[in-house]
Amino acid sequence: MHPNEHALHNPEFLWRNPDPKPSYDVVIVGGGLHGLSTAYHLARNHGIKRVAVVERGWLGNGNAVRNTTIIRSNYLRDESAALYEHCLKLWEVWTEELDYEILFSQRGVLTLNHNLHEVREGHRGMYSNQLNGVDSEWLDAQAVKEFCPIVNTSADLRYPVAGGTLQRRGGIARHDAVVFALARAADRLGVDLIQGCEVTGFDIQRGRVTGLVTTKGRIGAGKVGLVGAGRTPLLARMAGIEVPLQSAPLQALVSDIVEPMLPCVVSNALHVYVSQAHKGELVMGAGRDPYTSYAQRGSFHILEDQMAAALQVFPIFGRVHLLRTWAGIVDVTPDASPIVGITPVEELYLNCGWGTGGFKATPGSGWVFAHTIAHGAPHALNAAFSLDRFETGALIDEHGASVAVH
Amino acid sequence: MLLIRCPWCGEREETEFRYGGQAHIATPRSDVDDASWARFLFHRDNPAGPFAERWVHIHGCRRWFHIVRDTLTHDITRSYLPSESPEDAG
Ligand SMILES: Cc1cc2nc3c(=O)[nH]c(=O)nc-3n(C[C@H](O)[C@H](O)[C@H](O)COP(=O)(O)OP(=O)(O)OC[C@H]3O[C@@H](n4cnc5c(N)ncnc54)[C@H](O)[C@@H]3O)c2cc1C
Ligand SMILES: [Zn+2]
Repeated sequence: MHPNEHALHNPEFLWRNPDPKPSYDVVIVGGGLHGLSTAYHLARNHGIKRVAVVERGWLGNGNAVRNTTIIRSNYLRDESAALYEHCLKLWEVWTEELDYEILFSQRGVLTLNHNLHEVREGHRGMYSNQLNGVDSEWLDAQAVKEFCPIVNTSADLRYPVAGGTLQRRGGIARHDAVVFALARAADRLGVDLIQGCEVTGFDIQRGRVTGLVTTKGRIGAGKVGLVGAGRTPLLARMAGIEVPLQSAPLQALVSDIVEPMLPCVVSNALHVYVSQAHKGELVMGAGRDPYTSYAQRGSFHILEDQMAAALQVFPIFGRVHLLRTWAGIVDVTPDASPIVGITPVEELYLNCGWGTGGFKATPGSGWVFAHTIAHGAPHALNAAFSLDRFETGALIDEHGASVAVH
Repeated sequence: MLLIRCPWCGEREETEFRYGGQAHIATPRSDVDDASWARFLFHRDNPAGPFAERWVHIHGCRRWFHIVRDTLTHDITRSYLPSESPEDAG
């Protein structure tokens, strides 16, 4: 037996799995990536010692490990570019900081444009990115072919490739490894990660939250952060807060393992977004079902449409087999931007609405939300992403930048 | 793929329809306060369970109608005319 064989098959435990204490300074509801990142940053950046994450299932059962792991920061609006760029800069140091192999790979995200209107929008986005210090460049059809040879750039496509924008610093990371890395890092800083603990209600006294009702009993809390992704509307309702979210299924799929053929991430408005995982599977995301759902199950015709578009752009995929499909429930806001900030209930904070594109935001979301909770007021980077913008009208419309839903 | 019953055309595949979101939302008077207007524009019930919602038979008779669909199971229990309420529809 190889001396390390035992360690390989029985790796060290990454966190302690404790029972809840009677009370905490801060309780984070939701053990997905954003909840874990928030808890980690509460301990790391703000020195808050008594922090718990309560999770109804197991850590990372939700969208944390259901997404297609695309990371980029080329959003249109100033507020979004600042926030997502902060996230990308953190990704660039996270492997080292978390001391865990998360397979962060800056292989470039190429967004294809297929007609004059898209080309103009692509340029508008690119110029806006450049003004905000976000790397972005234009590739014409021939440059696209050189950068990613398997893209079909022939003129007789139904939607021929006119060119595309490239963010070279964009890429992918391994989502489950990020869950493990964050859980271990938070646990080491003293955060209690409590699994199998569903929040079913809140203690709210004179407009201020004082604790949570859970399937593992009552837990007292000085402050509470809601980070429930697709289930946030249900949590918010328990606290008497209205949130402008729609919960809907978003699907993805993987192929069998194939030879390396796709050097970058490619996406477009035909709802094809694809990358090749380190092991060799093609990972593709589909469009989202239009209707409200909590079923974590999407419609087959959505996948069919998406495969048809994928085969147009990548004829070589015709020989590939589909291995698995799945769905996550995403929390979509009216302006396709997240909600991160305070709520009408004192000491109850909200981090949601990342919808179809929050994986990339994992580091910065936790960073700014931890700041918001620690100070009782938003960080400069999330101040605009407030719940009350839907009342004031100061929306942050990112439907364009998130058109291909990742 | 859902099978949806249009009250006029009968049961058809979901791809013939478009989704219209929550049903029975009354348009407020234009002089309501900002909070009520925001609620009307942006806030929907999003329940985990039965949900009354609007669909349009866009590739069929092109008419709007309502269904009650369970958001946990996707089971559709009712299909009814916009003039009816979810309770009295069969
Ligand atoms: C198919 C798909 C593809 C995607 N692709 C991309 C992509 O390429 N790039 C990108 O940036 N983003 C992508 N996303 C979006 C991204 O996955 C999400 O925005 C992000 O993961 C949400 O944050 P989270 O990890 O904290 O969510 P989740 O992992 O869903 O965490 C929420 C947690 O809260 C828990 N919870 C809920 N209610 C309760 C309760 N009452 N009590 C206790 N716990 C509770 C849940 O069990 C869950 O674990 C994709 C999403 C999907 C579904
Ligand atoms: Zn009809």
